Amino acid sequence: MADDSRIFQVEIITPDRVFHVGEATMIEFNTAAGEIGVYKRHIPLTTVLAPGIVKIHKDGEEDVIAAVHAGFAEILPDKVTLLAEIAEWPDEIDKNRAEAARARAQERLAHKTETLDVKRAEYALRKALVRIDIAK
Amino acid sequence: MASMRDIKRRKGSIQSTQQITKAMKLVSTVKLQKAKTRAEQTNPYFNYMYQTVTSMLAKSGTMNHPYLKSGGSEKKAVVVITSNRGLAGGYNSNIVKLVTASEDLTPDHTEVYAIGSKGQEALERRGYEIKESSTEIIESPSYADAAELCKHVLAAYAAGEVGEIWLAYTHFKNTVSHEPKLLKLLPVEFDKEEIREEKSSDLLMNYEPGEEEALDLIIPKYVTSLFYGALIEAVASENGARMQAMDSATSNAEEMISDLTLKYNRARQGSITQELTEIIAGASAIS
Repeated sequence: MADDSRIFQVEIITPDRVFHVGEATMIEFNTAAGEIGVYKRHIPLTTVLAPGIVKIHKDGEEDVIAAVHAGFAEILPDKVTLLAEIAEWPDEIDKNRAEAARARAQERLAHKTETLDVKRAEYALRKALVRIDIAK
Repeated sequence: MASMRDIKRRKGSIQSTQQITKAMKLVSTVKLQKAKTRAEQTNPYFNYMYQTVTSMLAKSGTMNHPYLKSGGSEKKAVVVITSNRGLAGGYNSNIVKLVTASEDLTPDHTEVYAIGSKGQEALERRGYEIKESSTEIIESPSYADAAELCKHVLAAYAAGEVGEIWLAYTHFKNTVSHEPKLLKLLPVEFDKEEIREEKSSDLLMNYEPGEEEALDLIIPKYVTSLFYGALIEAVASENGARMQAMDSATSNAEEMISDLTLKYNRARQGSITQELTEIIAGASAIS
């Protein structure tokens, strides 16, 4: 089949389960260095994930969308593996909780104290934003 | 020969103990099933993590990264995973034995991060310094718990308080066989031959951000995932060990009960015979 040349394997694995295994023609996700999109025959690359949305494009099917926070990705020419610490489907996300987390993180960043771990608060904010974004 | 009443009382007490061990066996069987499924689900993550880190390090052998060389301190940190409850056969004592028997981990050069109170108590008695103790984690380990623990241990490593990090836990091979294991986590050491094999089959990997930054981020995740995996396996092993211990306790009780039943019947028969002899003897004396 002609299409075979575009299809590659995608695996998303978290500590608690094998989150997703399937085929894709393209995958988009967010890394520490910015958002990237990967097609088949990408150069081998190991990169660190940032909180963001993973979009798996399939041939003739609907895109698969999930939220992924923290972890790293290993990209090989015919396979992409995301080792994520947390991965969630859109319907697993509690939107109210995410909103609350966003408010909390924003509050913390707005009133900085000496004891505040800014990086951590920013990270929490980013996670909350991704969750809200995807739950819509 | 013990009196009939004594035997009966003893039999009764063994019977009630057997009921307890039977119930505990059933409980741990159910728990084992759960823990086992969980262990199976988490397995792919660790295998992948291990593979990735191994192949990364295979190519960065000459790198001068703090995680790859021993720290300045002579002290060693060891994370000891045991249970909070006993009645699990040799489960806890095997881990303690493993730690105390190790030549690398002497009481005066070791800081123990204890998970599970049984191991903590035993190591404290043997003169080990307990740096930190978290007993609740083992009841229902989560990835966040492992990450928290990892943060503490790595902080001590980064600050130069400890030069090496070890991990003692029980590896869950299958339902009937569990093996206490002692691993050296940091500085990372891998089997050279294993690395060579991987090397030949692997493609040239790129890293983004740079290799050192990637190591900085991935090694803590690697350690966390090892802790998490160890916790999950330890829970499965604990329940497996308890199930076995309770199973053999139950069958031992069964054996004792049948033995006592025999003795009781013999004693009863004996007393009847004696009574009869006495009556006959009395009757013949009169006539």
